[in-house]
Amino acid sequence: MLLIECPWCGERDQTEFTCHGEAHIVRPKNPDELTDEQWGDYVFFRSNPKGLHKERWVHDHGCRRWFNVVRHTHTDIVYGSYKPGEPAPEVSEEALKGGKK
Amino acid sequence: MIMKKYSIFSLLRNSMSYHENWQKNWRSPDPKSEYDVIIVGGGGHGLATAYYLAKECGITNVAVIEKGWIGGGNTGRNTTIVRSNYLWDESAAIYEHAMKLWEGLSQELNYNVMFSQRGLLHLAHNVHDLQEIGRRGNAIHFNGIDSEFLTPAQVKEMVPLINLNCRYPVLGALLQRRGGNARHDAVAWGYARAADAMGVDIIQNCEVTGFNIENGVVKGVETTRGSIKGKKVGVVTAGHSGVMAEMAGFRLPIESFPLQAMVSEPLKPCINTVIMSGAVHVYISQSDKGELVVGAGSDNFVSYSQRGSFDMIDHIISPMVELFPFTSRLRMMRQWGGIVDVTIDRSPIVSKTPVENLYFNCGWGTGGFKCTPGSGHVFAHSLANGEMHPIAQPFSMNRFNTGALIDEGAAAAVAH
Amino acid sequence: MTQTNRLSSGGRVNRAKTVKFTFDGKTYEGFEGDTLSSALLANNVHLVGRSFKYHRPRGVLTAGSEEPNAIVQLGEGNRTEPNCRTPMVELYDGLKATAQNCWPSVNFDIGGINNKLSRFFPAGFYYKTFMWPKGMWEKYEHVIRASAGMGNAPSENDPDTYATKHVHCDVLVAGGGVSGLAAALTAGRTGARVILAEEHAEFGGQLLSDADATIDGKPAMEWVEATLAELRSMEEVTILPRTTVTAYYDHNFLSALERVTDHLGHGNGGDLPRQRFWQIRAKQVVLAQGAIERPMLFGDNDRPGVMLASAVRTYINRFGVLPGKNVVVFTNNDSAYATAIDAHKAGAKVTIVDIRENPAGAWVEKAKALSIQIHTNMAVIGTTGYRKVTGVDIMPLTADGKGVTGQSQRIDADIVAMSSGWNPMISLFSQGRGKLRYDEKLTSFVPDHCQWANISVGAGNGEFTLEGCLSQGLAAGSKAAQDAGFGDGVVPPTPAAPEDAQGDMRILWYIPSDRPLGRGRKHFHEFQNDSTVADIHLAEREGFVSVEHLKRYTTTGMGTDQGKTSNVNAIAIMSQIRDVKIPMVGTTTFRPPYTPLTFGAAAGHAVGELFLQKRKTAMHPTHEEMGAVYEDVGDWKRPRYFPKDGEDMHAAVQRECKQVRETVGMMDASTLGKIDIQGPDAAEFLNMIYTNAWLKLGVGKARYGLMCNEHGMVFDDGVTTRLGENHFHMTTTTGGAGRVANWLEEWLQTEWPEMKVYCTSVTEQWAVSSLNGPKSRELLAELTDIDLDPENFKFMEMREGHVAGVPARVYRISFTGEIAYEINVPHRYGKHVWDALIEAGKKYDLVLYGTESMHVLRAEKGFIIAGQDTDGSVTPMDLDMSWIVGKNKPDFLGRRSFARSDTSRPGRKQLVGILTEDPNVVLPEGAHVVETVKDRPPMDMLGHISSSYMSPNVGRSIAMGLIKDGFNRKGQTLSVPLMDGSVHKVTITDPIFFDKEGERTRG
Repeated sequence: MLLIECPWCGERDQTEFTCHGEAHIVRPKNPDELTDEQWGDYVFFRSNPKGLHKERWVHDHGCRRWFNVVRHTHTDIVYGSYKPGEPAPEVSEEALKGGKK
Repeated sequence: MIMKKYSIFSLLRNSMSYHENWQKNWRSPDPKSEYDVIIVGGGGHGLATAYYLAKECGITNVAVIEKGWIGGGNTGRNTTIVRSNYLWDESAAIYEHAMKLWEGLSQELNYNVMFSQRGLLHLAHNVHDLQEIGRRGNAIHFNGIDSEFLTPAQVKEMVPLINLNCRYPVLGALLQRRGGNARHDAVAWGYARAADAMGVDIIQNCEVTGFNIENGVVKGVETTRGSIKGKKVGVVTAGHSGVMAEMAGFRLPIESFPLQAMVSEPLKPCINTVIMSGAVHVYISQSDKGELVVGAGSDNFVSYSQRGSFDMIDHIISPMVELFPFTSRLRMMRQWGGIVDVTIDRSPIVSKTPVENLYFNCGWGTGGFKCTPGSGHVFAHSLANGEMHPIAQPFSMNRFNTGALIDEGAAAAVAH
Repeated sequence: MTQTNRLSSGGRVNRAKTVKFTFDGKTYEGFEGDTLSSALLANNVHLVGRSFKYHRPRGVLTAGSEEPNAIVQLGEGNRTEPNCRTPMVELYDGLKATAQNCWPSVNFDIGGINNKLSRFFPAGFYYKTFMWPKGMWEKYEHVIRASAGMGNAPSENDPDTYATKHVHCDVLVAGGGVSGLAAALTAGRTGARVILAEEHAEFGGQLLSDADATIDGKPAMEWVEATLAELRSMEEVTILPRTTVTAYYDHNFLSALERVTDHLGHGNGGDLPRQRFWQIRAKQVVLAQGAIERPMLFGDNDRPGVMLASAVRTYINRFGVLPGKNVVVFTNNDSAYATAIDAHKAGAKVTIVDIRENPAGAWVEKAKALSIQIHTNMAVIGTTGYRKVTGVDIMPLTADGKGVTGQSQRIDADIVAMSSGWNPMISLFSQGRGKLRYDEKLTSFVPDHCQWANISVGAGNGEFTLEGCLSQGLAAGSKAAQDAGFGDGVVPPTPAAPEDAQGDMRILWYIPSDRPLGRGRKHFHEFQNDSTVADIHLAEREGFVSVEHLKRYTTTGMGTDQGKTSNVNAIAIMSQIRDVKIPMVGTTTFRPPYTPLTFGAAAGHAVGELFLQKRKTAMHPTHEEMGAVYEDVGDWKRPRYFPKDGEDMHAAVQRECKQVRETVGMMDASTLGKIDIQGPDAAEFLNMIYTNAWLKLGVGKARYGLMCNEHGMVFDDGVTTRLGENHFHMTTTTGGAGRVANWLEEWLQTEWPEMKVYCTSVTEQWAVSSLNGPKSRELLAELTDIDLDPENFKFMEMREGHVAGVPARVYRISFTGEIAYEINVPHRYGKHVWDALIEAGKKYDLVLYGTESMHVLRAEKGFIIAGQDTDGSVTPMDLDMSWIVGKNKPDFLGRRSFARSDTSRPGRKQLVGILTEDPNVVLPEGAHVVETVKDRPPMDMLGHISSSYMSPNVGRSIAMGLIKDGFNRKGQTLSVPLMDGSVHKVTITDPIFFDKEGERTRG
């Protein structure tokens, strides 16, 4: 079970949170101008990488705030959380290689 | 190589020679430089595809390329449930296609896959559940698939140890008598052995590291054992479909989630059918070895770790004890995880891709095992003909652009 | 005479306290402090069970949780428990155990025939047969299932209680042997919060079995006692005996099972739980799991009496039991010499058979000094005896160790104590994603590195000297505490613990026999599942060469012991066959749990009444008085109907529905989701969330809205009211309340953070009495100060005031098509208002109605229920609700999806009314509509009936359904075939069956 850091409440058990998938997908400002393919890409298609992943979590059983997490999808190591609108923490190559936070 | 037939006589004969003369189930060939069809992924679906290509389409110059060992992914990690009682016509068609192939599979492969049609129950615990099984039961029936409604008393008769009067009392059930279990490993091994005997090269410990694509047409794959040319490439890599798509330069409408399961210690027979309960959240059956096999829900974060979090296991134990109080003093013997590629409509993708001659068969979510023969069969015909098999057509990737989803997930959703 | 094998002195049992127990119906005596294993061995009971496949007699192999053989059914009735490992069962008075997997008895087991036929049952034989005639598998399977399995599941409910505990700690120490104790000590001294968990009842690990070890010149157990005493004095240290750390999950989350009262005997736990399940988040973990001895793979090495050498030593020193009089120690290393010496001292005749050519060193000298006979360069090629070992045949080994040569010699033996070296227990480390390394010298896998914060110590880390264990433990505790933020990392000096050095071992993974492998005696590497070395050869021969294929094909390691004694041997044998190095074969992945975990303990308190909460409304006590029959909707208990005088549901619903439209009815609508939405951008926000227009809604006015997801599919609906310029009250479906609240927050927080909108779930803050019917206004007027004049308080408006003397918001909205008022009052007043309305309603002939009547009444009006008449594949247009889709709005959620080719195509499934030809027929919901009825399925289906009722107000059955191209089919006659073979003609209609103009609602 993961340990997730809520930017407002601190580190808590994963059971307090829900993950809502890839972060930073921006809703198109001009849906009418998009082709069906472009719209479908926004609604359904995800990068789903095996590696570093920026994803949205919400602290359901806490402050109910949404935030972003950088996590490695193979090691499940979490490299940090950040509030919406904030830049993602940088993850050094060394940290990744060593499989350490 | 001629496949020596398995039979009671061959078993007796080999017993006399101390089992020293059994042959390899499959060769370990070096990859050739070129194949008519390359199948990436040596799980059940990939091996079945290779088998039907050779058996029914006359294409034997086929390689199955497997990163690890055949059947080592979701094929060997699932809860082995087989059923075809799906709501939508498109789903019913493909899963029933699979069911019919299951019904003769041991004989066809000359390998006992232990397909056991012990019956499968979907329990209804509230009015909405009753409406859901009512609709699905009718849909299945009029699609020509067996379905029956049971009263709570009939459920009790089939499953004497169930607690009908649990937190959400059992109000009825949908039964598919032809549903049941199969021995998951044997499915991979049986297809592999039969495909190998027809000349299919099964290449294990060989990882695909890239696709060779020229002008939008796939020409072969790069692997850890060199580059291999292929006229057509079929990718059947459940759990890593997104990774493969990325290599080919496109994205899929898929997220890869951990899915876990567990077994109890072996017991003498106590549950003789497969029981699925959405509201109380239990998926349980008993293996031939005697273990209770219990499936958990998937986590909702992307992970390729084949693990998942403990709370998903924790969250199926209380419901199991609620619905089957006799399990309280039993013990969990083992838990494990796999990776499921999940689409938004919980239906698979069996499709051409933006790259010509590159086909994907993925997105089976939690339902892949039961469709192994059907998926392999229609995928093989699609690869052979260059046109998707009619049963596969609705499962095109394009449905995410047109909106023609086959929403098995939402159909069971609860509101009101 | 009882306890024939009990030594006259020694051991840690309490000889003053005799304990009676029964095994397989026979009564025996043991002592307090015994395990079931030690007590059985004390009574010279070696035959404890039968094996899984061949039903071979089996006895106690080990003295720990790795036991694969001596597994019994414990207790009876509702407390029976299958598959209990006897070395882990502490003896208590009245204990009842029965042998498993045998019939009629463990001594005479019919299934033993399988052993005679075993040559026909090699690994995987079942894949090759039972295929004919086709369709017979289930018959064969029935027999196979009955003979497989192990113990019996109880058939009654568990009377015991369990607890769960969630804790955080700085340092978790898994294992209370010498290295674990040392680690806990140094960590504890820093003030760190430490948990020390030990699987057995007593701490000390290997020292409990070692009578000679010393630390600082004193008996080692004195150090153990002193250490425990110091640990007990530390406030932040939790000491957990009888507690197995069962699993190591990500981010240093571990679980442990504490057997709190099992040892007291069934039903003697008092108020304490039977077991407690610990869920632990540890900053640092020290893994001190120790090591497990490997069996030797020689012919018929599974006979009762063949035991691990270390186990024999444990029974002698810890329990004062000498399991036999003639002990043959069969070894490849020096550690088993300690067993030989202790057995000799305890009075046994001991013979050592050592496969090494020239064993030398202190241990050999000590054995020689005691005149123990040592056969060197010799192999035990087989055992004699069936239900119990009676002797061994030994033969000289060839130089390469691959065969035997010369004369075979028989030695009497009732115990064979075997040792093929030791495997560090790396299960938890491996579960926690630790990477293993193969140590050539130890010939076993040891911990290498791990991404999570843990330190492996002691035998579990490949360190087998006492001083080494002490030193690693002390250092690890100190380091772990420091890394967790406690102490300075200084390590105290290691106390002196001198021992005689052990010499090298000779590795022969397979002990050759006088006959070729597979042709004579069986060499078991996996006892519980009856898998032999010949099976590994067969697996390789058939192509199952990877470790994963090997384990699946031969079932190695798939038993309840998870291969603790078998895995490394199996991998080693495969590496020999394939002629590759052991790491090339690979290691199996260790799966949680380390030892089997009681489901009841994991469920903890969450069983029975505490399984899941039942949500009840403020009015629930009155519903109880009124005899409501409930329906589960999500977690809510909602009244479904209120039967009178023995009515069934149908009768009650017909009455309720009729009366609502004649006089007035009241329903508890409290469970509907309610969200308070405030902020200057609230209207703009709703405009994006709902499909229709919200900007111009006047204050005090209400509006119905549909919500779509981005795929354009309806997922919830409800009425939202503008309470003020920047203040809205949203209602949702009962089941969708949480989902909608999350949906709103998601968009606000992640997509439109610039919007000033604040949402609060107020579902439980408001109790809602919904009055419906022509007399609802008159009734409400009795209790309210609100002006109900229809000119002043119109349909789809809200007024604040008082009802029954308490502040209320009254919404004039209707789900029945009648004049209706939803009276919202603070939860604490809910029952008061409800009761007052019932009282005042008497003269208006008020009827209470539940969800079932609500469904009928709304269906009469053609109102949908999201989730019943929609299924996630339905757009507003499919519902014939284009009127609710804002044509002039530039955007809202889901809008763009309407234009996709499939979503905009004609002929989609559309919601229509469906009337049966026979007005008395109520179609079952879920029935399907077809154009052409065929003799038998399959038939092309047009869609299904989503709602279907007998309507007392329309005077006939009514139904709605989603039908392909339904709008164009109105007036068409179609058919509904049912599964029983009957067919009903139906006409497709408009779905509004009652008061089409909506006069009544506005009245």
